[in-house]
Order: sequence, then C-alpha cells, then structure tokens
Amino acid sequence: MLKPKILTTDILIVGGGTAGCFAALTAAETSQAQVLIVEKAHIKRSGCLAAGVNALNAYLPEGETPESYLEYVRQDAAGVVREDLVFSLAQNFNRVTRKLEELGLRILKDADGHYVVRGRHSIKINGENIKPLLASSVAQYTNIRVLNRVNVTDYICREHKVVGVLAFSLEKDVFYVIYAKAVICATGGAAGLYRPNNPGFSRHKMWYCPFNTGAGYAMGIRAGAEMTGFEMRFIALRCKDTIAPTGTIAQGVKAVQVNGRGEEYLGRYAGILSTPMRLWATVAENQRGLGPCYLQTEGITVQQEEELYKAYLNMAPAQVLSWLDSGRNPRLANVEITGTEPYIVGGHCASGYWVDSRRATTLPGLFVAGDAAGGCPKKYVPGCLAEGEIAALSALEYSRGQESQTFSDDEMDAVRVRMNRCFDSRQSLYNAEQTEEAMQKIMDEYAGGIGTGYLIDGRKLAIAARKIQELLQCATEMHAENLPELLHIQEVVDRLYVCKVVIAHMQARKETRWPGYQQNADYPERDDPNWLKYVNSRYRAGKVEIVFRDIVKKGEFYEHSD
Amino acid sequence: MSIRIDQSLCTGCGLCRDVCPGGLIRQDERKKAFIPEPRDCWGCAACLKECGYGAIRYFLGSDMGGQGAYLVVKDEQGCLHWQINKNGLHTHIRVNKKEANIY
Ligand SMILES: Cc1cc2nc3c(=O)[nH]c(=O)nc-3n(C[C@H](O)[C@H](O)[C@H](O)COP(=O)(O)OP(=O)(O)OC[C@H]3O[C@@H](n4cnc5c(N)ncnc54)[C@H](O)[C@@H]3O)c2cc1C
Ligand code: SF4
Ligand code: SF4
Repeated sequence: MLKPKILTTDILIVGGGTAGCFAALTAAETSQAQVLIVEKAHIKRSGCLAAGVNALNAYLPEGETPESYLEYVRQDAAGVVREDLVFSLAQNFNRVTRKLEELGLRILKDADGHYVVRGRHSIKINGENIKPLLASSVAQYTNIRVLNRVNVTDYICREHKVVGVLAFSLEKDVFYVIYAKAVICATGGAAGLYRPNNPGFSRHKMWYCPFNTGAGYAMGIRAGAEMTGFEMRFIALRCKDTIAPTGTIAQGVKAVQVNGRGEEYLGRYAGILSTPMRLWATVAENQRGLGPCYLQTEGITVQQEEELYKAYLNMAPAQVLSWLDSGRNPRLANVEITGTEPYIVGGHCASGYWVDSRRATTLPGLFVAGDAAGGCPKKYVPGCLAEGEIAALSALEYSRGQESQTFSDDEMDAVRVRMNRCFDSRQSLYNAEQTEEAMQKIMDEYAGGIGTGYLIDGRKLAIAARKIQELLQCATEMHAENLPELLHIQEVVDRLYVCKVVIAHMQARKETRWPGYQQNADYPERDDPNWLKYVNSRYRAGKVEIVFRDIVKKGEFYEHSD
Repeated sequence: MSIRIDQSLCTGCGLCRDVCPGGLIRQDERKKAFIPEPRDCWGCAACLKECGYGAIRYFLGSDMGGQGAYLVVKDEQGCLHWQINKNGLHTHIRVNKKEANIY
C-alpha cells in the first residue's frame, strides 16, 4: 500500500537528464525560485548521456550561422520543421557550448585555440563524464532539490491547466502529489516501442536509452496536449549488434559505406544525401541482395585504431569489447552497419509536444524541452541544453502570477485509490513483460518495424491500431506485487499510448516524406503541394484527433490560438 | 549485453545501485549487489565505473556475438583504465579524462 507524500515547489522539472538539468541550472541562476527535479533514476548518469557522448553535434564553427543551420535542418527533414524553434536553438548553440566547457567539459582545440570541427557541425570532446558534470553543477545550488528514484506518472490538471504531477517512489512505499506553479517536461523520447535489433538476451542493447519509455509524451497525450510529427520516426544507422554510433568511424577515419560486394552505394540513391537517405540506401541494398553493408575501415593504421578504441570507450564501450572479443578489429575487418528499430525522439526528428515559440505546450503551466519537445529535429546535446534554458525562463515568467493548488480530501482519496490500483487488483493473466513483447511484435509487423523494412501501408496500420487498443484495454487490469512491477506496468502503458499516436500520425500523412522513417506504400511519392504541413493530434475521449497545421517560418513568433 | 557481479568481491557500498540509469541493481540482505534481470542492462558501463573493487564484469550476450571476453574498468588518477580479458589475455587501454577524443 503506497502512502501519500505531498510536496510543493515553484518550478517542477520532470526528468533530470540533459535538458532537465540545464533548465534547473538556468532557473536557479536567474531567480530565487524553488526548483524541484523529479528523476526516475539518479541524475548522475540518467538518460541518454549515461555512457557518455563523443561529440557535440550542433555547433556553429566559423562560416556557419543560425541561418545556415536552419537551412541544413530544413533540407534534411524535407521542409517539415518549425523554423522558429530550430533558429532559436541555433542562436544559442555556441553559448551553451562555452558554458559546458566552463562546467569542465573537455573540448578538442587546435593550436589557435579553436574547437576542432568534425563534419560540418560537430566538435570533438571527451563526453564520458558530461552527465556527472551537469549533475555536480546542479548539486551546487541550494534552491534546487532533486528527488531521485521517483517515477512521474501523470500531470495534475485543473481546468486544463497543469498544476503539478503524481509520482511514486521506486524505493519506498510512497506516492507523491507534487504541486507546482509551473512544470517543465524533460523526460526524453521513447525507445522500446518496436521489436528491437536484439530481441532476446540483449533486448536493451539498443541505441536510444531503453529507460526513456515515452512517459512524458504519454502524460501529455492523456492530459490532451497537442502533439506533433509522431509519424517522423527516427531510425538510426548503427554498428551491427552493439547498435553503437557510426559517425565517429565515418567522420573520424573517413570510412565510406560499402555493400557486400565492396561497392560504394550511396551515390545510387541520389537526391540529396539526407540522414534518412543514408539509412534507406542501406536497407535497399540489403533488400536487393547486395548486403551486408559496411563502413570500410579495413587498412586503417594501428594509431587510428587506438584512437577509435578510446573514442568508443567514452560513449559505447560494447563496441570495443565486440572488436576485441571477435578478433575482428576495425583495422582487419570492415564494420557492419544496420538500421535500428524506430524510436520517437524529438532531438533527432520532429516528434514531440507541439509548443509555441516560448516552449509552452497547449496546456497552460506546462513547458517542455529536449527530446520530449517536437518540431525541431537535430537538436542534439547543445540544442537540448539551449531548449532547457528557454523553457526554464518561460516557466519562471509564467510561475510569477500563479498560486499553488491543492487537492480536496475527496480528490486525495481518489488519488490514493488510483495510485494503489495495481496492488489492489486481482492477479491478471498478463504481466507487463508479455504485454511489452506483444506490443513490440505488433509494431514490428504492422507498423513498419525492422521486420518489414520499415514500410507502412493503410491496411496494416489499421490492424496495428486495433491490436494496440486491445492491449491497452488488457493493460488496465495488470497486477503488481512490488515497486519494480508497478514501474514496468506504467512503462508499458505509457509506451502503448505513444504507439497509438504514432500509428494515427502515420495513417494521417498520405504521402512519403522521409524514406524509411515514414515510407507509405500506398502513397510512395513526396507530395509538397498537399503535405508540406505538420500532422498534429490531440487525444480526446479515447480517440486520437488529427489536426493539420501550416509551416511556421523563421521570423514568426508562434503562439497557440485554438 | 549485460553485467555479472562477483559477490565475493562486492563490499556492499551500493554505488552501482545508485547510479544505474535503469535502476536495475539491488542489494541483498548482506548488502551485496545483484542484478535480478540481466536482460534489462543497456550496457552503459556506469556501474563498472563506480565499483572500486572490480566486482562488476561487462560482457556481450551470445546473441551479440559474445565469445567469453569481458571488460572491467578502474577510475584512477584522472584516467579510466579499461581492461578487456579474453582467454586469460589482457588488453589494457588507458583513457585520460582530461583529453578530448581525436575522433
Ligand atoms: C546513445 C546516444 C548517443 C548520443 N550521442 C550524441 C552525441 O555524440 N552528440 C550529441 O550532440 N548528441 C548525442 N545524442 C543525442 C543527445 O544525447 C540527446 O538528444 C539528449 O541527451 C536528450 O536530452 P533529454 O534531456 O531530452 O533526454 P535525457 O537526457 O535522456 O533525459 C531524460 C530524463 O528523464 C528521465 N525520465 C524519463 N521518464 C521519467 C519519468 N516518468 N519520471 C521521472 N523521470 C523520468 C530519464 O531517466 C532521464 O534522466 C545521443 C543520444 C544517444 C541516445
Ligand atoms: S551497464 Fe548501465 S544499464 Fe547495465 S547494469 Fe550497469 S549501470 Fe545499469
Ligand atoms: S559498486 Fe561494487 S562494491 Fe559497491 S555495491 Fe556495487 S558491486 Fe558491490
């Protein structure tokens, strides 16, 4: 039986990851507000940055400008981006990068003290300790409080206004009712919706953080917030088996992509060489029987290999272990590459909450930053930081006019029942693990997973929609014996809500805009006259209602109007 | 992909349990660490870096091509000392935490 604990704060941040920590730092530095971070793991290593990252992928070196970055993102994402959002982040990339350096991040510099650039917009770092650096900065502020090992489940809404959250502890029998003057959602994206590359023992050896289960999206969906771009899934091109990043090899030792016959194949899939095209070309080569595909590393020098080892240990140690365990070092054997299962990630693609230019969602009192926020692909670490900053300043401004809310006794009783429902219910036939497996199978087979080469069509999507709804129905009756089981139920329910919205968005976009990410067999062509627009949705009375919206241009200041 | 905890080396400090981004590690009644569901490991290596006693080994599942090698790491004097062990042979790679990657 979970017992209630009530807390109040000024600014509540859900998720102490990249964006969440930076939002907290911004709020604490610029105001006297009380800031509370609620984090399901521990902010020292939680979220995407746990293992480390090896570059800051959004930096503007000499010759690049916020305009040129926007142009790059617009091209890569085939025009359907929120220009206001991309531009405002790009304006801040370099400043937040310098701030990270002040916090202690090591960045590679040339003899003149300039950051060394990799590709067009990446700078090289030692990113192994990037998350501990952020966490220790957070610890220096007395007006930031951190609740680790507490999982947030839902927003508390009053007349559509978000006034707090419900959460439960993962360590003691306590549920939390937390009231706040403003809430910032920074829970990252969603992994584990589709059957992963390694579905068995190594089921969590995926690229995106498997503990980011789309909780923030699901909470927003359930509360009726408008969502955008869920049809633009992110499918990464990664090293086979370890699902480790490939950019370090491709850009570091300038390895080209070759097929099983040793031919460079990207040129065959012309047009612009966008991120989705690199992935799609690899899938297509395999489908034509010309796989497997590789990054051509054979013949690199011993020294290059050593540097690759170090770079990978700083972000994806499994890759180095794989090289040495198999004896197929990159110098001796090309590195096989593969497409991952689809993720929903607002920092790489455009899926997430629909926001105004201030990062306010359509629910008053709720702001969002990082992979949870939509409309703005290619944020990466610097963009997530910059967005955390913008969201924090907007939340602070909003919070000044707000009073803390509280539940009546009756409402509190209802919450107590709700938070204990899974313990009080009778044993059910299905547990979270079975439900997760079923969900991933459905998404793989009917909603364009790895198994079907990512291709979608209307008939299969209709089946997916029906089956996910059936699972969601069964999921409401699942029983938990302990806190880990309760968490697993919550995670799979959250994922099911996200799946529902992903399917509805894919059904709505009747064209093919992003090869692989959103490739519709019924409408195989890109159709600019009709589809250069956003697919958005709101969840109302159990239904995902689709709304279309026109492209927001760079100079516009977008505000919610309907 | 997962970790294996050698309880005979574990002192029960609990640091690995605190840091795991998936909250996967628990401690038994003697405070010794264990991972109830090894399949849920992401392979981030955060727990290994915390363990000052080398009690945590990191290995590839056979579904990822694992053939018996494992990885341990020690955080000492500003460096991460990674050691990959395969059939009794050790490969040692030192990464200075103050140096950025060349790649
Ligand atoms: C493996 C990997 C490598 C990457 N490499 C690079 C790179 O080299 N360069 C680059 O620029 N970008 C890189 N990226 C992208 C970048 O790291 C992410 O876009 C960014 O870190 C996301 O920040 P975030 O704050 O949105 O999410 P996160 O940092 O993941 O934070 C989300 C937080 O929310 C918490 N949370 C989730 N649900 C709940 C809940 N219900 N209750 C409470 N807390 C919750 C999580 O535990 C987590 O701490 C990489 C991403 C990944 C996954
Ligand atoms: S490697 Fe990472 S995910 Fe796996 S148990 Fe250790 S800390 Fe947890
Ligand atoms: S960090 Fe090492 S010694 Fe400490 S509890 Fe974990 S395994 Fe045991």
